[in-house]
Amino acid sequence: MPVYALNPGYKGERMDRVENFHGNQLVYVGWDEHRMFCAAKAFPLPPSMPFAAVIENIMPEAFGQHPEFSQINWETAEWLLDGEPFKPQLEASLEAQGVGHKSMVRFKTPELQGYQNAGV
Amino acid sequence: MAAKKLNIKDKYRLLTRDLDWDFSYEDRKQAFPYEEFEGIKITDWNKWEDPFRLTMDSYWKYQAEKEKKLYAIFDAFSQNNGHLNVVDSRYVNALKLFLTGVSPLEYQAYQGFAHVGRQFGGVGARVACQMQSLDELRHVQTQIHAMSHYNKFFDGFQEFSHMHDRVWYLSVPRSFFCDARSAGPFEFMVAIGFSFEYVLTNLLFVPFMSGAAHNGDMATVTFGFSAQSDEARHMTLGLEVIKFLLEQHEDNVPIVQKWIDKWFWRGTRLLTIVAMMMDYMLPNKVMSWKEAWEVYFEEAGGALFKDLARYGIRMPKYAETIEKEKEHISHQAWWTFYTHGHAAGFHTWIPSDKELDWLSAQYPDTFDKYYRPLWELAKEQEAKGERFYTSGLPQLCQTCQIPMLFTEMDNPNQNSMRDSVFEDERYHFCSDGCKDIFDEEPEKYVQSWLPVHQIFQGNCGGPGVEDVLSDYYKMNVGVDNMDIKGSPDEKRWNEWKGIA
Repeated sequence: MPVYALNPGYKGERMDRVENFHGNQLVYVGWDEHRMFCAAKAFPLPPSMPFAAVIENIMPEAFGQHPEFSQINWETAEWLLDGEPFKPQLEASLEAQGVGHKSMVRFKTPELQGYQNAGV
Repeated sequence: MAAKKLNIKDKYRLLTRDLDWDFSYEDRKQAFPYEEFEGIKITDWNKWEDPFRLTMDSYWKYQAEKEKKLYAIFDAFSQNNGHLNVVDSRYVNALKLFLTGVSPLEYQAYQGFAHVGRQFGGVGARVACQMQSLDELRHVQTQIHAMSHYNKFFDGFQEFSHMHDRVWYLSVPRSFFCDARSAGPFEFMVAIGFSFEYVLTNLLFVPFMSGAAHNGDMATVTFGFSAQSDEARHMTLGLEVIKFLLEQHEDNVPIVQKWIDKWFWRGTRLLTIVAMMMDYMLPNKVMSWKEAWEVYFEEAGGALFKDLARYGIRMPKYAETIEKEKEHISHQAWWTFYTHGHAAGFHTWIPSDKELDWLSAQYPDTFDKYYRPLWELAKEQEAKGERFYTSGLPQLCQTCQIPMLFTEMDNPNQNSMRDSVFEDERYHFCSDGCKDIFDEEPEKYVQSWLPVHQIFQGNCGGPGVEDVLSDYYKMNVGVDNMDIKGSPDEKRWNEWKGIA
């Protein structure tokens, strides 16, 4: 049952419809096993943004405070898009490669184990 | 003939059960429209046993006496500058968290119990809930009065009610109660009366009240004592509700179990702030969160669920996950607040070396391995003059609304992430427990007012985070928030105490 309600056919208001974000869509980005950042971060991004711009502009804003950030090798990073293995196409837009509204983009850096190699 | 004085038994009957009446020309179902839609079957309200035998006149008398004593102590506390007796200015931040995060829940409890105290078809249950609703209203008032003294001397207390409705982390306790109050009356009672007031309440009140006692805060200790006898009544009501529902009809058992699973999970997620308060915010520690969980849930709760087994009720789902998480959540939560200290309505800090060693001793299996490195990094950054405040805004769980800070118990280095797609839109969760709750009633939780998303939609002022903090949250930016080091709170404290 989608809800237990007093009145049959009750529909809740969808608070986070993509239309509410003024032309942007929400995208979450997370750096796996780097707990210096307590959680993945949320960004409102244009669906037409190429993935290269995410790496150049969004990643430094999200994770640039980490002492290992400058050592990230984006060539060897392993990606998950909404839980599935994913190979970003740098020139293609988010929309064109299936990064949709409220998609979760995670990456792993196999050669970087975090501060003190402790997953931090 | 002079009127005879009623004996206690008659008085009780007349002032409680006798307040009911039969419906001769109106439809009873229309008088109690909330009673059936949840699927709960009540065959006989007369089987309800009053959990406590108290009439309204004796209730007033009893509570008035308690109030007189309580306010006399508040006056003395205030006249003697009682705030100077707390251990240090860090402690007061636990009170800010309590006033903004917990006291408004007392008000929501008052509203919730007043509602079910009208809607239940059985008069015994109605009277008991009405009395609890009055208790809850008294609690919010006495808490505000207890803390008003601190408001004269410390920052961060001034807009507690406004903040409760708006601030990002306060959406966690707020939405917890909104969820319960927008459920049917029986779910509300299992959620608040049983799961919260009976099973988990000791994990909220004992830490705060013992914390107050250990840290020289007489005002809060006195409030706690004044509420204690009320809490005992609330617990008996919570237990009576469960017994009554389970004895009324066997079809109620799976529904009650589902609610226990849900509200145990939601309750333990909510208690994450208490875990962090105990382990990090109290300068004088009472006990670790881990130990509190073992004493008040694993032992006491374990015995309770053994008793309920005869009704076909089992331990709440995911209790074994929580048993593992007790080693982690306080550290994860304080790290989250520390790194978001620019956006919190209270001060944060790096634990002292002595405190770090205490944490290592309390959490031998997890602290040094997973959490001490965080604080070493924080110290390094601070020494460089770059006290770490994280950039950006975190992803939140759709159900509990907590930033997705919890980790996988089979790999505590990795944040735990779950999602569901409902009618072409994706929703994210911190855990299987929160995902299950959404999947059961997605139509309810699509309405979550997630502060991060609301900021991006432009509904919280802005454009910058600082504008949201100052204009929409009404925080005094640079005064209420940031590290305790260099804060006006710390500065004043040092002047009062003559610390150079």
